[in-house]
Amino acid sequence: MSARETILQRLRNRTGGELTVPECDFSVLERPDWSTTERVERFEKMIESVHGEVHHCTEDSWMDRLAEVLATRGARNLLVAKAHEIGQSLRSADRNDLPELLIYDEPIESWQAHLFNEVDVSITSTRGGIAETGSLILWPTVDEPRLMSLVAPVHIAILKASELYTTFHEAMKAQNWAAGMPTNALLISGPSKTADIEQTLAYGVHGPKELIVLMIE
Amino acid sequence: MSETAEHADHHIDVKQFHPRAQAAIHNPKIRKNFRSAMDGLMAKRKAAFEGWDLETLRDLGANVRLRALANLPDLLEQLENKLTENGIKVHWAVDGDEACRIVRDICKARDAITVIKGKSMVSEEMELNHYLEEQGIEALESDLGEYIVQLAGETPSHIIMPAIHKNTGEISKLLHEKTGTDLSNDVEYLTASARQQLREKFMNADVGVSGVNFAVAETGTLCLVENEGNGRMTTTVPPCHIAVTGIEKVVPGMEDVSALLALLTRSATGQHITTYFNMISGPRKAEELDGPEEVHLVLVDNGRSSIYQDDELLDTLRCIRCGACMNHCPVYTRVGGHAYGTTYPGPIGKILMPHLIGLDEGRHLPSASSLCGACGEVCPVKIPIPDLLVRLRQESVDGDRLHPAKVRGHGAKRSAMEAMIWKGWAWMHASPGVYRFGTGVASKLRALQPASAGAWTNYRTAPKLAAKTLHQRMKERGQ
Ligand code: SF4
Repeated sequence: MSARETILQRLRNRTGGELTVPECDFSVLERPDWSTTERVERFEKMIESVHGEVHHCTEDSWMDRLAEVLATRGARNLLVAKAHEIGQSLRSADRNDLPELLIYDEPIESWQAHLFNEVDVSITSTRGGIAETGSLILWPTVDEPRLMSLVAPVHIAILKASELYTTFHEAMKAQNWAAGMPTNALLISGPSKTADIEQTLAYGVHGPKELIVLMIE
Repeated sequence: MSETAEHADHHIDVKQFHPRAQAAIHNPKIRKNFRSAMDGLMAKRKAAFEGWDLETLRDLGANVRLRALANLPDLLEQLENKLTENGIKVHWAVDGDEACRIVRDICKARDAITVIKGKSMVSEEMELNHYLEEQGIEALESDLGEYIVQLAGETPSHIIMPAIHKNTGEISKLLHEKTGTDLSNDVEYLTASARQQLREKFMNADVGVSGVNFAVAETGTLCLVENEGNGRMTTTVPPCHIAVTGIEKVVPGMEDVSALLALLTRSATGQHITTYFNMISGPRKAEELDGPEEVHLVLVDNGRSSIYQDDELLDTLRCIRCGACMNHCPVYTRVGGHAYGTTYPGPIGKILMPHLIGLDEGRHLPSASSLCGACGEVCPVKIPIPDLLVRLRQESVDGDRLHPAKVRGHGAKRSAMEAMIWKGWAWMHASPGVYRFGTGVASKLRALQPASAGAWTNYRTAPKLAAKTLHQRMKERGQ
């Protein structure tokens, strides 16, 4: 008998007999409806408490903010999406206060070392955020692959305040995650960190050392 | 199973708990490291649940887990179907050795010689690193704590913070000796050095091995909780990802995950959420530019289906491995994780390990507790840990005639002398004449009572029998 059959049979023929299925009431996870302002405030407080940074901007000003953020960090380059409007508008803006723009349009195998060693900053979109825990929702795509939010020392994410949900529970219901998930989905709540050396926090252990959110209001 | 037990025991004799605990108690460094870490974790957990109706949330956590367990075989099949549909290959392993062989075969089929690992307690349970090394495959841990522990040739002393027993100075010295970094007490510097060393390894690894926190049947999704990003690296960069997990980790839907995630990270480290919550539902699609081209899930039983048979013991399988029971355990805090000599230390280890290695091997584990109840009070899925400890104590002496013992290796602590004494005790209490005679004689001879009663009187005065029995005194009062 295969391992699969052995295991399933043992579970099915349980000596204790049938188990009762308890009711699950998820209402304890629900929060009263926060206003957008409250959500923005809570999101900011939470993500800042874990070393994330939030910059408030508008549809018109985010690129200026981005240029400042990159300049203060002396970024040599910025990894952008090819098709997404963020990448598109950055490339067509043709500004001289932005560093070199790189595009992730080849399979990782062909430029892994470059991505790992040379890219300073990357910018991605988000599918919204979660106020309660200060989290960004990312569903990497062909255009914004998984490693875009992971490898560079600085990750910048654009978040629309109107797309902030109150809780994770609310977000997954509203976006109907039960209907199907992408190959990879992420909640990102701050820069990469560890406390494995005597409980002392250190950032950027494997992923980005800095997470910067440009909040479009 | 027996093979697994042997396999798992070749380093440490679990039975030697007492000498190790003694040594740890007399080691001020270990006590200080654990005390300060656990104090911090307890305070952070408390703060993280402020404003929550914690009792109701824990009830939900318990019900979500119980609901999943009640449908376990169906959910596993649903999970398998959904994952297969998504392109993830599913394997089943009856024990740790079989799981090791499955991982090896996947590696061999790809001519893989280097494996990079994210944190996985099940792989510790399987002793996977050791096994792969014997097969000529290098397995490198990438979680910073696990990396440190591996460099030191040790095992984790805590399920969430593997290197909690070491302080900065010791880690600096270790990294200096093994990897050539400068001696430094600067944690930033040490962390950055490890980042550099491990980046190279991620880029060159043939296979990534990770654990799973929750496996979602409805969507075929493997969820991983982590702060460092090494888990994302492990599951994204190498061309092949193998996830290993215990069969109890499956839950019906994403909604269940939202409840358990709210409990897990707050209970574990007092974080509202971890930096990354990584949800994997398939390998790289043809048009995608990164991610592994192959994803496997190994479902490991290793004793879990035996635990599943018994209504009371079943509660053990609710565990979401948060480690809160350790952080709040007065015994764990004093002796540290290594004293137990088991993969899972602390309260969860005491109720789980006897099933994995047998109650004969793990005979001291259920007794290494004062039954203070702290573990049961903090457990996010309300596992009645103290009750389970009592149950395992009974099983270890075959002490309950009405409910015959079931756990493998039960009765290992039963002694003929003790059994005879209890039999005599029962007989005496069932026969009033004998009872009166016995207690009468005992109080007459009280002068002969020894002042010392072994370990019991090291810190206590020995109790003294009264000059007259209660029956005699009541009689004198004419009642
Ligand atoms: S037994 Fe409960 S408290 Fe302990 S690790 Fe498991 S879930 Fe956490």
